[in-house]
Amino acid sequence: MSENLIVPTMAETLAQGKQPEVLFWVGCAGSFDDRAKKITKAFVQILNRANVPFAVLGTEESCTGDPAKRAGNEFLFQMQAMMNIEVLNAYEAKKIVTACPHCFNTLKNEYPELGGQYEVVHHTEFLKSLLDDGRLTIEGGQFKGKRITFHDPCYLGRANKVYEAPRELIRKLDSELVEMKRSRANGLCCGAGGAQMFKDAEPGDKEVNVLRTEDALETTSEIIATGCPFCNTMMTDGIKNKEKEGDVKVMDIAELIANAQDL
Amino acid sequence: MDYLDNLFFAILLICGFGYFFTNIKKIKRNINLGIAIDRTDNPSARWKNMAMIALGQSKMVKRPVAGILHIIVYVGFVIINIELLEIIIDGLFGTHRVFSSMGALYGLLISSFEILALLVLVAVIVFWIRRNVIKLKRFINPDLNGFPKNDGNYILYFEMVLMTLFLVMNATDTHFQLLNSGNIVSQFITPIFSGVSTSNLHLIERTAWWLHISGILVFLNYLYFSKHLHILLAFPNTYFADLNPLGELSNLEAVTNEVKLMMDPNADLFATPVATEGDVPAKFGASDVQDLNWVQLLNAYTCTECGRCTSSCPANLTGKKLSPRKIMMDTRDRLEEVGRNIDANKGVFIPDNKTLLNDYITPEELWACTSCNACVEECPINISPLSIIIDMRRYLVMEQSAAPMPLNAMMTNVENNGAPWQYNQQDRLNWKNES
Repeated sequence: MSENLIVPTMAETLAQGKQPEVLFWVGCAGSFDDRAKKITKAFVQILNRANVPFAVLGTEESCTGDPAKRAGNEFLFQMQAMMNIEVLNAYEAKKIVTACPHCFNTLKNEYPELGGQYEVVHHTEFLKSLLDDGRLTIEGGQFKGKRITFHDPCYLGRANKVYEAPRELIRKLDSELVEMKRSRANGLCCGAGGAQMFKDAEPGDKEVNVLRTEDALETTSEIIATGCPFCNTMMTDGIKNKEKEGDVKVMDIAELIANAQDL
Repeated sequence: MDYLDNLFFAILLICGFGYFFTNIKKIKRNINLGIAIDRTDNPSARWKNMAMIALGQSKMVKRPVAGILHIIVYVGFVIINIELLEIIIDGLFGTHRVFSSMGALYGLLISSFEILALLVLVAVIVFWIRRNVIKLKRFINPDLNGFPKNDGNYILYFEMVLMTLFLVMNATDTHFQLLNSGNIVSQFITPIFSGVSTSNLHLIERTAWWLHISGILVFLNYLYFSKHLHILLAFPNTYFADLNPLGELSNLEAVTNEVKLMMDPNADLFATPVATEGDVPAKFGASDVQDLNWVQLLNAYTCTECGRCTSSCPANLTGKKLSPRKIMMDTRDRLEEVGRNIDANKGVFIPDNKTLLNDYITPEELWACTSCNACVEECPINISPLSIIIDMRRYLVMEQSAAPMPLNAMMTNVENNGAPWQYNQQDRLNWKNES
């Protein structure tokens, strides 16, 4: 990956008297998790390549409150929400893109009632719109003909009915999209949602991520594609559990596209 | 003597419907124990949901075998009950097959009833085999131990007996068989009774007729005690279901008011709160059925315990205790317990030292949920076990501070440094410069 990422902040952009086309909400995983940071960078590389005027909140961004809300802490959620809404409204944010389906769902569905009304899109939807508008071209490159399966993140798929955008992007790579037995509305959770990411699982006979990894391995794909940093962690752990690190890679859609372009 | 028959029939009918409506009133009262919420917005989308999902069974066919068999039983149930009108008129006025004067149309109608009755009989037998011979996983799940398992079979036996009675009634009706129109199935049953004298044949026909109508009335009243209320409640349940995207959880209004006050720089935090009329300290989340909203309670009565939710739940699939179906069954069981308490105490609920939380649903079940919405998506009639799970988690966290330790750590981090992990907010953009 080449460096020299151009990542303007909202503060810098506004100081120049400009409004970005879109605000990139990086999210906590995208900011701090080592694996997820690679997804963030891949997405920024694409944005840079397509000359999209975007900006991030940087140090002014804070957790959307999603894990607190799902854990039952409505107070903490609404505190986070109100603080974020104050910042976003101060910058007059109109359109937000994020690579995290949890941030996406919360910003899109739970903020409006609290005073935060924005057009919120998932990065796969945004990338698809760049493609449709001719601002981005995708060629298969190294993924041509490879078997790729897509794991639907619950908060992108079932929760918000975004099923096609990520799949269309995979097809554009000239790769072979293979569906798991449980996909789209029937997709099986990776096990991280509802704040499970931050606690141990209750006693049972298997981990959810291992069960989901088995679904993915059944497709004999070389790549498991996801659109969520948490799904990515869970599936990566599942692959390790099955000792398949050498054969199967877990990648975000943004990484697939960035790699295909040799960015 | 005929006069006595009609009187007896009228009394049977009044008792049957009377007891049924008494119990329906009880259900309504219990559902209204829930918190009032408004679900009357966007009526066109609501009517559409009801038409597609309840009337049109659109979500049933996601599992084609059960779905198609269910449609047969459902259509059979609705259509054959048109015959009920004739039975009621005959019973009250001493007529016999009053509609048979319609001629060809009557034949056509009864033919379709007979075909449907046969199809229903076959479908119900397949259902019985799925439960008792093939033993599909969702039907032998421990959720159903005890009455619920028998309940499922009783309903199937009821339907088998009612359909058989209907066909036997037609087969032994000499007058009807002589018309030779509409007896498309029953004509093949008639030969079984070839050696029976005309008077005995008449006796069998009358017995089948009386048992059929009595059976229907008993079945109607059995609904209240069984999981089978969905045949009625599926309609309001789909109408009042949440129309928002599945991922959207409600924002608690009581919390919004407090948070706004906390964030208002002009608010006087030391001021004595102004007491408003009927001021009750808000309780956050749900520990018992009265803390849930009325739609969640309607959901509990509507659930027919098919178990599609549990069979798609990631927690249940990996051996955790959580079963979304059990969440709904427990909610109904507790609600009925509260209802009986109210009945026994002249309309007032006397605390019984029990709650939905702990006595029915344990924290272990609640914490196993990934909030993935598979259960909500699967439910053929839009029940949401997830909304109950979240409301109970809210109680555990906001009223009892009883979250699992790692979640408390996560929440402390969010509160202190704006991320679920212990990273400094000032480092949020560091990734930009890391190689």
